[in-house]
Formats: sequence, structure tokens, C-alpha cells
Amino acid sequence: MSVILRVRQRAPKAKKPKAPARRLPPWAWLPGLLAFLAPSLLGPGAWAYRDPNNLVVSGSTTTLPITQAAAEGYLATRPDLRLSVSGTGTGEGLKSLIDGLVDVAGASRDILPAEAKRALDKGVRLQRHALARDSLAVVTHPDNPISDLSLDDLYRIYVGEIRNWKELGGEDRPIVAINRDSSSGTFEMWLTLVLRGARYRRDAQTQPSGGGVAYAVGGNRNAIGYVGLGFLNERVKALKIGGIGPDLQNVASGAYPLSRELYLFTQDPHSGIAQDFLNYLQGPAGREIISREGFLPPPAP
Amino acid sequence: MTDESHPPAARDRGTLLKPKLSPTEKGARFFFLVCAISALGQMLLIMVFLFTEAGRLFVSLDGEKGVSLGEFFLSQDWYPTYPSPSYGALALVAGSLSVTLLSILLAGPLGVGLAIYLSSMAGRRSREWLKPAIELLASIPSVVLGFVGMVAIAPFLQNALGLPSGLNILNASLFLAVMATPTVASLGEDALSAVPQSVQDASYALGATHWETIWKVILPASLSGLSTAVILGLGRALGETIVVLMVAGGAAQIPLSLFDSARPLTSTLAAEMGETAIGSAHYHALFALGAVLFVLTLAFNLLAHYLGKYWRRKA
Repeated sequence: MSVILRVRQRAPKAKKPKAPARRLPPWAWLPGLLAFLAPSLLGPGAWAYRDPNNLVVSGSTTTLPITQAAAEGYLATRPDLRLSVSGTGTGEGLKSLIDGLVDVAGASRDILPAEAKRALDKGVRLQRHALARDSLAVVTHPDNPISDLSLDDLYRIYVGEIRNWKELGGEDRPIVAINRDSSSGTFEMWLTLVLRGARYRRDAQTQPSGGGVAYAVGGNRNAIGYVGLGFLNERVKALKIGGIGPDLQNVASGAYPLSRELYLFTQDPHSGIAQDFLNYLQGPAGREIISREGFLPPPAP
Repeated sequence: MTDESHPPAARDRGTLLKPKLSPTEKGARFFFLVCAISALGQMLLIMVFLFTEAGRLFVSLDGEKGVSLGEFFLSQDWYPTYPSPSYGALALVAGSLSVTLLSILLAGPLGVGLAIYLSSMAGRRSREWLKPAIELLASIPSVVLGFVGMVAIAPFLQNALGLPSGLNILNASLFLAVMATPTVASLGEDALSAVPQSVQDASYALGATHWETIWKVILPASLSGLSTAVILGLGRALGETIVVLMVAGGAAQIPLSLFDSARPLTSTLAAEMGETAIGSAHYHALFALGAVLFVLTLAFNLLAHYLGKYWRRKA
């Protein structure tokens, strides 16, 4: 026997008395709007007070390991200074440099025409300093028997013409291709050197950082990805490209095909501290830091 | 102010109270009014900013041809940094909707079940433990969940199911469900507890069992609140960024299976915003994605509102 119940919950509709109209001056909304708008009316300049003893380094996340280690070493020699180092990406760093918000901007590529024009429009001159040579390593899981691929193999994997490791003489496993996010300098390098402008396969995965790519590849036997040499670790295997491995010798000689220059940009003229920091990086201590972080310092002057 | 439409009582209140306002009270009232208006102003300005920046993607600027609305909404090619770029958002919208809907399929029943247990079955002891536990679940930072998904669940899913990759829709939805469940459960419990005790007593008095009371009395009476709870949980999952960035795999494609990887709108914004030159077409395209996300969230909130109203009228 079931009990059927209907619930009626409608309360008797009582007309609520209308609240009496509040008499407010007709301009009452104005102070609120002004209070809200005031900071933006003052403009970004209002926030841009700069401490002359504070050096701000920003820009590419690829140059970050170098500038971070260098900042620590440099501060040990100049304890009176303050240094703040962050990684925001090459584009963002150059933008901040042009706006005068940072002193030194790391870049994983040369300046783009649009950025140079922006600097020119603002009346800012920029100076480029060679920092190091960076190379991309193509990585797979250590258990993957493939150890050498040509640039053309990589192209065909990333555009989706090759979808199984077996087609390259490997195991019968699907290939999971991993990209860096398409805004990164690393992806731009891949687009130029490997994809040569072609569109990557739609099912290629994306990782927002080099560490993320190394992690995803290290945990997946099907995966292939690319990272800066600084992100190599024992969880992944770096492939040879056309028989040439990404070791320092091949990178230095220019034989290794997936290489690029890293730069630091400053305004011209720049502060004494900024020049001091650049000198430190180009000196013996700086060069040692650069090699230790997995990059190749520029040829000695 | 002599509006005859006001009932006399209200007018009395108005006219009697007004002269008694001290300057401090007036000042306080004015201050709070300014607060309220500035909140509204923030909302309006954000909307204006979002939509004007998004709109610039579709108009021709500096000799560059604008992107057509058709391309943006119907193409699934998202290649924003190519020399000849394309800005098709379809795959990203599909990515967002697929992980969100799948997660609410998991979190909806789970959250409502939890709410029913909490509101009409749990004893005092278990309530005392469960409620804080659910609140704790809600307060786990999403980056921690994403990390667990990447490090533990992805390899597990890949090995257990023999998948090409464990970074996929299923993985992302599992974690979004974990994040949406507390929202659904606590809002749902509020809705269920709002059913008057007298109504339940009446049901028991008519001989209904505990189960019949829950199923035929409490649930129908609180359907309005429950549907709101589920849809607000959906909104929670739709806006989540870090978890999907870390575990959804990030392939900008229209997913065809649970095990495909996807790229929701939020993770696209998070991954690409930092490196995009201000004022470029890519920059405006990201704002357009933000506008789509805004409209989707708004649509879900409106849906919650109207479903709530609909069930209240039916009850």
C-alpha cells in the first residue's frame, strides 16, 4: 500500500508594502564610480615607483634558471642590493622592459618587429646582450627502444603522418605527441625548426612548462616531447637527431640542429647595477652558472 | 514626496524615520551606498572591458582583417601563434563542456545523495564528522588535486585501462567532480533542510515510511533548491582552471571518447595569456574565449534561477 501525498507549500500571498522611496541626490552614483575609477585614472605610472637599489629581472622562463642562480651569486658579492627575479615569458618580459617596469628582461628569441616598433613608439632604445646558447632535447620514456630520429621523422610525428612507434622500427604503441603551449618561445623554436610552419596534429597534448613535458614523458612509454636541456633528468631519455646527440660539444660546434641563442635585453642607457649584473654573468662565475644550468655560455671574448 | 500609492503605514515609517537620521547615520548610509555602487561598477567595468577587448577580434584593425564570427564559433582550428593563424574556438568550447558535463554526472548524484544522508539519515555523531570533512574537501587547493591527478591517477588510468595517455577527459572530470561535490552537497543540504518539519510529520502521521517520506515528500518539495545546487556545482566545474590545465592533456580537439584528451577554455587562457603581446589578434582572441566562458557561466546561473522557479511553481 503506498501513500500518496501532495505537498502544497504555497504561502498565502500577502502584498508586501512597498518600501518608501529613499530620497537620494541624483548624483549619488558618482562618488562610487569615482572611487572605483580613481586608480585607473592615475595610470600605471602611479604604481611604478622604482627603488634605485632594487634590480628587477624578468622575462623568459627559459632564462630563469640562469638569472636566478646568477642573482644569488651576485647578491653574495653585493649584500646592499635587492634583486627580484621572476619568469613571465619572453613577450611579457620585453613588454615590461619597454614600459620601464623591469631592468633586465630574459628572452628565448630575438625581439620581434612589433615589439621593436612598440619600443620606438615609446621612445625607448633597447640593447641586446648574448646570454647563452640553448638547445631543445627531444625526449621519450627511457624504456622506449628508439634512440635516434631525423628532423623529418619528428615532422611526420608532429603533423600526424606517423602515429605508431612501429612505423619507426619501435614497439607497437601509439605515439602521444606532447607540445609546449603555443605562446611559449620553446614552441616557437619547434615551429620554426621542426614543423617548418606546418600545423601540428589536433590530438597533440599541451604542457604549460618544460618541467611539465619532462614529467608527462617520464610517466608515459608512448609519449614524445621536447624540452630545453636544463629540464633533462633521469626520468627521460634524450634522442639523437640524425645521429647527433644534444651534448655540449655538438651544441657548441653548431652540429646539433635544435639550437638557439638566449639573450638578455636592457634599456639603453641602463643603470649601473644592471650593467654590473651583466658583467657578473659574462665573467667566470656567470659562465660557470650557465654551464651548470645546462646551457652553453657564449664564446669567451 | 506624496505618492498616494504607498500604503499609509509605509509612508508613516518613511516620514517618521527620516527626520531622526543623525549626521552619523546619514554618513553611514551614504558610505554603504557607495560600497554597493562600486561593487556594481566593478562588475559593469569588467564586462565592458571584456566585451570590448573581445569584440576587437572581429573588426578589421590596422589593415589586419578581423576574424569572422563563423570562424570563431564553428572552426575547430586553434592555431593562434602561426604566421597564418586561425582562431576557432569550437574545440575549446567542446573541451570545456565535455569535462564539465561529465564531472556533474558524477558529482550531481553523489552530492545529492550526500545531502539526503546528511539532512535526513545521519545521526548526530556522523553529521559532526561528515560536515567538516566535506568542508575540508572544498578547501583543498586545486593545484594539489591537479598534482595528484598528474602523478598518481594518470599512470594508474593508463595502466589499468591500457590507454595511450592518462591525461584525459575522464581524469579531469574525476577531479572536477571531487571539487564540485562539496558545493552540491552543502547547497543541497540547505535545500532539503528547508522542508518544514511539519510536512514531514504529516507524512509520517499518514503512515509513510522513512524512505517514502524522503522520496515522495522531501525530494519533490526541495527539487527547486536541489536543481540550483547541481547547476551551481556545474558552474564551479566550468570555471576551474588549474586542475584541467594539469590533467586534461591539453589537445585542442573535439573529444570523441572519455579517453581523449581535451583543452578547456580556462586552461587555454591560463597557458597562453602570459606570453601574448598586448593588442595582438591572439590577445583579443583570448578575451573572446573569456567572453564565451562568461556567457556560459551566466547561462548556467540563469538556468539555475529558472529551474528553481519552475520546480517551485510545480511543487
